Amino acid sequence: MAVADSGAEPTVIADRLDIIYKVIAGQGGKGTAATALRRIVKRQDRPTIREVHAVKNVSFTAYKGDAIGVIGRNGSGKSTMLRAIAGLLPPASGAVYTGGRPSLLGVNAAMMNDLTGDRNVVLGCLAMGMSAAEIQRRYDEIVDFSGIGDFIDLPMSTYSSGMAARLKFAIASAKTHDILLVDEALATGDAEFRVRSERKIKELRDQAGTVFLVSHSLDVVQETCNRALWLDAGVLKLDGPVDEVVAAYVKSTRG
Amino acid sequence: MPTAETDPAALARRYGLSKSSVRPPLGSYLRELWSRRQFVVSYAAARTYAMYAGARLGSIWQVLTPLLNAAVYYLAFGVLLGTKNGIDNYVAFLLSGIFVFTFTQRCMTEGSRSLALNLSLIRTLHFPRATLPLAYVLNELNQMLVSLGILFVVVGFTDGPAWSWLLVVPAMLLQVMFNIGITLVFARIGTFVSDITQLLPFVTRTWLYASGIFFSLPAKLNQVDAPGWVIQVLAFNPISAYIDIIRRSLLEEHEPNQLPHAWSIAIVWSFVMLAAGFWYFWQAEDRYGRG
Repeated sequence: MAVADSGAEPTVIADRLDIIYKVIAGQGGKGTAATALRRIVKRQDRPTIREVHAVKNVSFTAYKGDAIGVIGRNGSGKSTMLRAIAGLLPPASGAVYTGGRPSLLGVNAAMMNDLTGDRNVVLGCLAMGMSAAEIQRRYDEIVDFSGIGDFIDLPMSTYSSGMAARLKFAIASAKTHDILLVDEALATGDAEFRVRSERKIKELRDQAGTVFLVSHSLDVVQETCNRALWLDAGVLKLDGPVDEVVAAYVKSTRG
Repeated sequence: MPTAETDPAALARRYGLSKSSVRPPLGSYLRELWSRRQFVVSYAAARTYAMYAGARLGSIWQVLTPLLNAAVYYLAFGVLLGTKNGIDNYVAFLLSGIFVFTFTQRCMTEGSRSLALNLSLIRTLHFPRATLPLAYVLNELNQMLVSLGILFVVVGFTDGPAWSWLLVVPAMLLQVMFNIGITLVFARIGTFVSDITQLLPFVTRTWLYASGIFFSLPAKLNQVDAPGWVIQVLAFNPISAYIDIIRRSLLEEHEPNQLPHAWSIAIVWSFVMLAAGFWYFWQAEDRYGRG
């Protein structure tokens, strides 16, 4: 689609990307030992394991300076696509090419719930490849930005979902990123944090070059992005300037 | 007909973009792994902390667990079944066997779940996946060092300290190498075939009884008039070798119960397992996110 316009330097290229993953879908059949045995003898796959074809044949090219909103209904493959761009979920076929290592900021970032917030800050930063000295230098900044305050000494399991999201976002955004993928990170925070994190995204975007933003709040997408991808049931329905795509999406949801 | 302008792969090449989910070459993978050593240490420390955080006795359990374990086996084999076979220091004999075995066994069983339990972390952050099983091994090593401390106290009381104790260091090093290898292997298997976690307890229990932990293998075989080659074959069991080299360094009276070639067998197993484990684990590096 947008591949032909070649003045700018591409940073992310998705080439006929397909992603299939297996999920365990609750109890299927009677679930007794006898049925399990029959299944194995007949060489059938477990009925409880279902293959989900989450992203189907998606191609696009993102350029330096692009901020791309990814919109679509729940379960349309937006988060899955971001994970594939980040290289965390391998594609079943097709490929994603990226310049540099994309970073994913998401609310799903796993932390250790038994541990205190401050231990999680250190662990998260280490996992991202920061050095101990660097972490020490930036520790206060991260905690300040999260706005967690004294709760930083308490286990994560005592945090509200909003607080956990704030901390995760603060940790993940501590690093400078070439390509930034933001997955609904702002949705759970309160209004004040939202403003703060939107400013952070703009800042990161200025440094980064390319930002992907998955969000259900269309005004945030329109405010921060110049381009949008509309995914519908895993298929890329529209790729273009943000206002056009959002308008078409809104029209379809009303119809 | 795709040209350089429209063919995505060619365009990517022209601007030096690379595939986002691709397995790095083994050399740079190991370098990356080394650069995350701090993460491995912190993660292991965090896990140890989290493990005992809820318990009232806290990390006292690190000492209690191996002791209780040994007490149960002592009761069963030393007292009830009477497998002492004239081993003088049966307590130290038994403890060394159980501690060495438990170290490898826990690495295998815990390691087989090390990736599956951290799937969301794997799907969120980019880091060499081998750091997780390595952190699990470090956890178990930590426990093993506590157990070794207990063992030193016991032997110190019964036999008195000796210079040969220093041989425990290379013995431990060899077992750690072996454990890293076998943990990496089971971490990969456990990620894609979760049934392995059901099966592993039976495998390790069989291994337990075949490794000469409660009784001396040579003495037992003498008893039943087994041909000489049986002991040669049994000596190839890596666990038996690791137990034997620890017993050689700690127990003077172990001489008649020694297995043949234990040091050489232990060394070969360590290097082969370590190399094979890394190679096998790295082969699937790009696929662990799929689960």
